[in-house]
Amino acid sequence: MATYVVRRLLQAVVVLWGVSLIVFFLLRLAPSDPITLLLAETASPQQIAEAQHELGFDRPVYVQYLLFMERAIQGDLGRSLFYKEPALGVILRALPNTLFLGGIAFVLSVAVALPVGILSALRRDSVWDYLGVGLALIGQATPPYWLGIMLILVFSVNLRVLPTSGSFGPEYVVLPAVTLAAVLMPIVTRLVRSGMLEVLHEDYVRTARAKGLRERVVVGQHALRNMLIPLITVLGLQLSSLLGGAVIIEQVFAWPGVGRVAVNAISSRDYPIVQASILVVSGAFVLMNLLVDVLYAWLDPRIRVSG
Amino acid sequence: MRRWRSLRLLAGAAVIVAAVAIAVLAPLIAPYGPLEQAPELNNRPPLWHDDSGELHVLGTDPLGRDLLSRTMYGARVSLLIGATAVVLAGTIGVVLGLLAGYIGGAVEVLIMRLVDTLLAIPFVLLAIVSVALFGQGLVGLILILGLTGWLGYARIVRGVVLSLKEMPYVEAARAVGAGPARLLRRHVLPGVWTPVIVVATQQVGAMMIAESSLTFLGIGIPPTIPSWGAMIADGRAYMTLAPWVAVFPGLALTITVLAVYFFGDGLRDVLDPRMRL
Repeated sequence: MATYVVRRLLQAVVVLWGVSLIVFFLLRLAPSDPITLLLAETASPQQIAEAQHELGFDRPVYVQYLLFMERAIQGDLGRSLFYKEPALGVILRALPNTLFLGGIAFVLSVAVALPVGILSALRRDSVWDYLGVGLALIGQATPPYWLGIMLILVFSVNLRVLPTSGSFGPEYVVLPAVTLAAVLMPIVTRLVRSGMLEVLHEDYVRTARAKGLRERVVVGQHALRNMLIPLITVLGLQLSSLLGGAVIIEQVFAWPGVGRVAVNAISSRDYPIVQASILVVSGAFVLMNLLVDVLYAWLDPRIRVSG
Repeated sequence: MRRWRSLRLLAGAAVIVAAVAIAVLAPLIAPYGPLEQAPELNNRPPLWHDDSGELHVLGTDPLGRDLLSRTMYGARVSLLIGATAVVLAGTIGVVLGLLAGYIGGAVEVLIMRLVDTLLAIPFVLLAIVSVALFGQGLVGLILILGLTGWLGYARIVRGVVLSLKEMPYVEAARAVGAGPARLLRRHVLPGVWTPVIVVATQQVGAMMIAESSLTFLGIGIPPTIPSWGAMIADGRAYMTLAPWVAVFPGLALTITVLAVYFFGDGLRDVLDPRMRL
């Protein structure tokens, strides 16, 4: 178990290092120069050179990267050009909002997808199955930001029961969370359905039935448990689409999360913020997947040996 | 059951053909120009007749532009980007997947680590960074979607190649002296196509949503080109006054993407019954 955890930990570090490399060089290759945006148009060439020197932009790119890494390891991801404070602080302040929204959406989508997926699998090719699969398909085909706007139209503009945007109380999370849950729900429903169909054909399920166990016990005890374990890993990988969906949905509902900060930063060319937001979000994703994999290995000993 | 499946495939195909026809014929069949403004006639409801008796079937937008015409033109961007981005992503993914699976060793480690790394960055954030690099525009957006969308193909193709490499018929071909190029072309590639086509069809829908999302955020298609994402963004500010401005382009997008998914699912059932869910 310890070897497995250490190996997964090393993998996670390599992935995060790769993320830092990609983000750093993508932003350095960008044609627009953040210096000129920082200074007034009247700035003299000397002032520009001074600012470039101060930010380290006059050194070779690989030196800039090494300096960036040295600081990043110490938790310094540069200063925001817009907020005039450490970028990491800005992102970490917004992160709890994103995690809160994502957490609620995650619980909501699993709470709906699990029963719907199981019912679809148990009553395969019935009306329930078509309804479940059909709804999942429609959910997947609906652009999340448009769904958010439509929910605002119905519940805020017409029915006036929920606020349109912002975050000033518990009722403000309802619409964004439902919208974000709709991103994940179709995927999870399909996963649960196909996972359930698979285990229902396993020998141990047939044995359980042959023993004369009641269907409830066969499904609840024998099939469901075996289906849930692989589902955990796949759900871990889907957290990326959850976080990605959050970036867009935060914009629709003016939800003060990392996504909103990042999108605003790109239009003001605040690269330290963009950089920090991607590193933090990817870090959160890698960390969650690491936890999921360790949990998985703990639940299923076969992984520790062969994985 | 089988009838339902083929019905889904046909319905999907029919809607796609209709959408493509509308996109191609937009200049001929759209009642107005997509950029024709009439500020004094803005935010009129669907089925509204203007003073000269002309009908605006879907109403007008905040600048008085005809929504039906704009929705028709919007299909062009959506379908064009959906198709080209998938071809680009598919090509990159298949080539890298083949290299990883066939050559193995350090090449494989490098490619698969790159896949793992890119998978850890949420697509939207990666696209946002890339917009800073490529700038805003049609070609830039296709590049961004293509360069970030190949991961799935690389994984699948590598998996197929790894399993095919061990097949007796491939070994036999190698034993009788077939070179790597011939092996790949004659024996490995044919096995790769089916899963790639299935993934590609389903990805067209996802790409269309991704394009419109980035455009909605203001970092995709520039506002001078009529697109569904930009139209929805326009309508968002007028939710109380003119909700139809955001409703219709969104419906058009959802219906088109749904048709693509129907088609993709149906195609998968026909091409590869083992992948059926």
